[in-house]
Amino acid sequence: MKVLVPVKRVVDYNVKVRVKADGSGVELANVKMSMNPFDEIAVEEAIRLKEAGQATEIVAVSIGPQQAQETIRTALAMGADRGILVKTDELTEPLAVAKILKGVVDEEQPGLVILGKQAIDDDANQTGQMLAALLGWSQGTFASKVEIEGENAKVTREIDGGLQTVSLAMPAIVTTDLRLNQPRYASLPNIMKAKKKPLDEKTPSDYGVDVSPRLRVLKTEEPEGRKAGVKVGSVSELVDKLKNEAGVL
Amino acid sequence: MAILLVAEHDNETLSDQTAKALSAASAIGGEVHVLVAGSNAKAAAEAAAKLDGASKVLLAEDASLEQQLAEPMAALIVSLADDYDTLIAAATTNGKNIMPRVAALLDVMQISDVIEVVSADTFKRPIYAGNAIQTVQATDAKKVITVRTASFNSAGEGGSAEVATVSAPADPGLSSFVENRIAESDRPELTSAKIIISGGRALGSKEKFEEVMLPVADKLGAAIGASRAAVDAGYAPNDWQVGQTGKVVAPELYIACGISGAIQHLAGMKDSKVIVAINKDEEAPIFQVADYGLVGDLFDILPEFEKAL
Ligand SMILES: Cc1cc2nc3c(=O)[nH]c(=O)nc-3n(C[C@H](O)[C@H](O)[C@H](O)COP(=O)(O)OP(=O)(O)OC[C@H]3O[C@@H](n4cnc5c(N)ncnc54)[C@H](O)[C@@H]3O)c2cc1C
Ligand SMILES: Nc1ncnc2c1ncn2[C@@H]1O[C@H](COP(=O)(O)O)[C@@H](O)[C@H]1O
Repeated sequence: MKVLVPVKRVVDYNVKVRVKADGSGVELANVKMSMNPFDEIAVEEAIRLKEAGQATEIVAVSIGPQQAQETIRTALAMGADRGILVKTDELTEPLAVAKILKGVVDEEQPGLVILGKQAIDDDANQTGQMLAALLGWSQGTFASKVEIEGENAKVTREIDGGLQTVSLAMPAIVTTDLRLNQPRYASLPNIMKAKKKPLDEKTPSDYGVDVSPRLRVLKTEEPEGRKAGVKVGSVSELVDKLKNEAGVL
Repeated sequence: MAILLVAEHDNETLSDQTAKALSAASAIGGEVHVLVAGSNAKAAAEAAAKLDGASKVLLAEDASLEQQLAEPMAALIVSLADDYDTLIAAATTNGKNIMPRVAALLDVMQISDVIEVVSADTFKRPIYAGNAIQTVQATDAKKVITVRTASFNSAGEGGSAEVATVSAPADPGLSSFVENRIAESDRPELTSAKIIISGGRALGSKEKFEEVMLPVADKLGAAIGASRAAVDAGYAPNDWQVGQTGKVVAPELYIACGISGAIQHLAGMKDSKVIVAINKDEEAPIFQVADYGLVGDLFDILPEFEKAL
């Protein structure tokens, strides 16, 4: 079984992003970029399936600018076998990404696509579900455990009340939650080896996809700030303030 | 045209999340129909009919809808979509699972996690863990929206909408339900609690977490939350996680104990009315958003706090 893993290049999770003064977006010049953390978990899960003999090949795909190649190389250094960069300088919305990924799936015919549950830049949490819809496949979102059992994937999902287990007919879409696994670091020799792994380049038009946005961004602004309050010196002062000043007890 | 609101329920009871999402739907304007899809879900439908602002309730009952899995739910919603120009749900794990599937089937770009309705086609939503707020205008003829319920008040009760039965399309049969592991608890739910006490990595173990946090929560009638670090380490269950990728909450009072205040955690709680931080590091970033900060060891402070209540 081939496993496809879409990986997105995003602002590193440690960076505190700043909104541009003219309200046109967030400041992306000279900020550290990394693989979306949920996608690292997706790559790790694919590698574990391969190590367990359940996957034969791992293909990492990224839709983005030329630099998204680095993100694919990171996946290759972790253990993916080959990469596909679908190159575009446009900001792609989840619907367009899902359409491109459908094109990749039609060509590659994977048995499983593992995506992150959410990209930490747009916080959309849509692409996997959309891809499942376009393909007419089953979906197991927010996975904290994935077990392949013959023709089915048993997926444990993190839901609001606790955990839910579903059984998916394969081929299937899985999206990762934080506790699915702990992604490995790429070793130096593997980073060197990754440079020689095949990486194809495509464009959205190769898949016949129009990436024009459907949402018009009118404005990007800072959230309302919150001011630091006061330090209290003791528990009794805290209780007094909560009762008599804030009125919440 | 009208708005279709997909209800959050467990067949017996209607979640408060629906009443909050209904406020967002009403702000868009137009008739709101509430879809209750499930199995033996009459009780939930009757509760939905009482919500102020619901002009009709659609009840779809079928064995395939009992667990509201995404594939049959999306097929059902799409079968009803012709009559609506806006399809809306709370941004719960259910809403997040189902609605993007609906959006793609309708060739629509979804607007996730709406925190403010500007007009019928324009909405505010957070990006980058809430470090920026985008105002977006939808250009698609139909709109598919999920709502961050912490930003909306619950619709009141007093209505008496008609409950109409709709039939469900054939189950696509792509996935099947195996089991739920849902913890039963007498505590209030995180997303509707007035007071939340949250614990972080500092708690050190599941036993310690329970030993120092539960008595305070019980005294306060509070829900319990946790940071990702505490959940990852197994001190607290996954459904207690507050943050960018957990639950977003806005209680009257949020008490953060031994939580450093990473942006991913703040994303889930910084709209709380009053924030208290208890941390032994006076430089911890959590103090930058706290109304009342207490520097010290939580293992001393929490038992004392419990006694003082
Ligand atoms: C993609 C992604 C998504 C994430 N999503 C979330 C999310 O949804 N929610 C979330 O919470 N995090 C999330 N995180 C993790 C986040 O970045 C932080 O790692 C996490 O919030 C830290 O948890 P913590 O504050 O409990 O632990 P720490 O940062 O280790 O802080 C522990 C604190 O306890 C204090 N302390 C220690 N001992 C005591 C004591 N005895 N008494 C009092 N204080 C004490 C310390 O001073 C310290 O400030 C996410 C991270 C990533 C990469
Ligand atoms: N441009 C992209 N390139 C590759 N994968 C992507 C891209 N955008 C989204 N994805 C995948 O879809 C997941 C969810 O993203 P989103 O729906 O934007 O929150 C991510 O974790 C990735 O796995």
